[in-house]
Amino acid sequence: MSQVPATLRYTKDHEWVRQESDGTVTIGITDHAQAALGDVTFVDLPKAGKTFSTGEVFGTVESVKAASDLYCPIAGEVVEANAQLNDSPDLVNREPYGGAWMIRVKPKNPAEVNQLLDAAAYSATL
Amino acid sequence: MSEPLQRTPLYDLHVELGARLVPFAGWEMPVQYSGIIEEHLAVRRAAGLFDVSHMGEVRVRGRDAAAFLDRVMTNEMSTLKPGAARYTLMCQPDGGCVDDLIVYRFSENEFFICLNASNAAKDIQWLRDHVGTAKVEIIDECKLWAQLALQGPLAEKILSLVTTLPLASIKRFGFLVGEIAGASGCVVSRTGYTGSAGFEIYLPAASGIQVERALLTSGKAHGLIPVGLGARDSLRLEANYPLYGHEISERISPIQAGLGWTVKFNKEQFIGREALRRQAEGGPTSSVVLFSLNDRRIARQGATVYAGETPVGEVLSGTFSPTMNKPIGTALVAAGYVNSEQLTVDIRGTRLPLTISVTPFVK
Repeated sequence: MSQVPATLRYTKDHEWVRQESDGTVTIGITDHAQAALGDVTFVDLPKAGKTFSTGEVFGTVESVKAASDLYCPIAGEVVEANAQLNDSPDLVNREPYGGAWMIRVKPKNPAEVNQLLDAAAYSATL
Repeated sequence: MSEPLQRTPLYDLHVELGARLVPFAGWEMPVQYSGIIEEHLAVRRAAGLFDVSHMGEVRVRGRDAAAFLDRVMTNEMSTLKPGAARYTLMCQPDGGCVDDLIVYRFSENEFFICLNASNAAKDIQWLRDHVGTAKVEIIDECKLWAQLALQGPLAEKILSLVTTLPLASIKRFGFLVGEIAGASGCVVSRTGYTGSAGFEIYLPAASGIQVERALLTSGKAHGLIPVGLGARDSLRLEANYPLYGHEISERISPIQAGLGWTVKFNKEQFIGREALRRQAEGGPTSSVVLFSLNDRRIARQGATVYAGETPVGEVLSGTFSPTMNKPIGTALVAAGYVNSEQLTVDIRGTRLPLTISVTPFVK
């Protein structure tokens, strides 16, 4: 039912990861995750320069129903957080794979992205 | 051991409408259809239709019915006129709440009471336990009725499309019995739990789906959509209506909850009278306040309220208000801090200032 683009990588915690050409990765939450959360009202994201290890909580997404932690799929340093989500948290519901990207990270180990689930493996968990 | 979830007479229609179903008070209920905020705004701007068939119903009749209800309820029932309804609490001897209810007077000796789903069995037992020598019959009708709430500024227009009942003649907290969408024996009352205009409709259980379909079909052109329990909670909280287990409970009395207007001390005797009078005269040790936050984070049930570094209360309900476009909630706050402008609430380690509101967020 929910969309799982073939070009992205995924975690079992419903984050998606996109490899960018400049070596950074972009991170967001999946269509399945936004549908399960319901109307998103707040997204709390880290500032650029913060570093996270794999699986560490990097932020919170809050919906009318509940607050959920966001887990960093890959170790690295945040180079940018999506400031648009401050004013338009509902983008998470409307464009989970587009306008509602959450952070861009410079990976500590670029090969780590290959260890994430591919679209078929992620779909199998839903 | 958990009991299997009950389903309302409208369950099949919820599935057909694509509702997200969740367990609530022992029932499998729709929490949302299209989305909580969209459903909330539909009720404020046009109309929404809620299945509230999980609510319980009990009929109390007999020569002593009015006197009996005066004795177990905080509000006055002997002065209620046939054709009218009244909101009331039912209290324990210590003033804690057994439940909040709406009592309808059908005739001199016949009353019909709407109960919270989570309390229905307890309430009926409580009534039976306190009958004593009163000449009353207490009839459990929970399984006989489906219940719909049609709420919003266009509710009357939409309801008039499926009934010939003179709706304009029903005053607030008044009701009529008649036919809706071909179903006879329906009770239509001008009551609600949203802060918008509208009706609550009790239907013979077997007629539930037929009436809901007729309303959704006729109301569609006027913006009517089905609404789940998620928006029901944000709507009632904007209107500052209490929810049992949150703003009122066995440990939170009507005096603490700001519902003193439902407690009639002119009655010589009713359960809880002495404890409630002590609270009303001396002031309760803690009170329920309504608040908003100038933030996007929601303060949820159980979050601690502080005055400086001193914990002085806890959040009872919290949600996002689509009308205010910010988080709102209620908290139980110790006496002496209720009017403080210095309160904060802890949300996952962040302290946010809490703005107390003395009026509901919707009229």
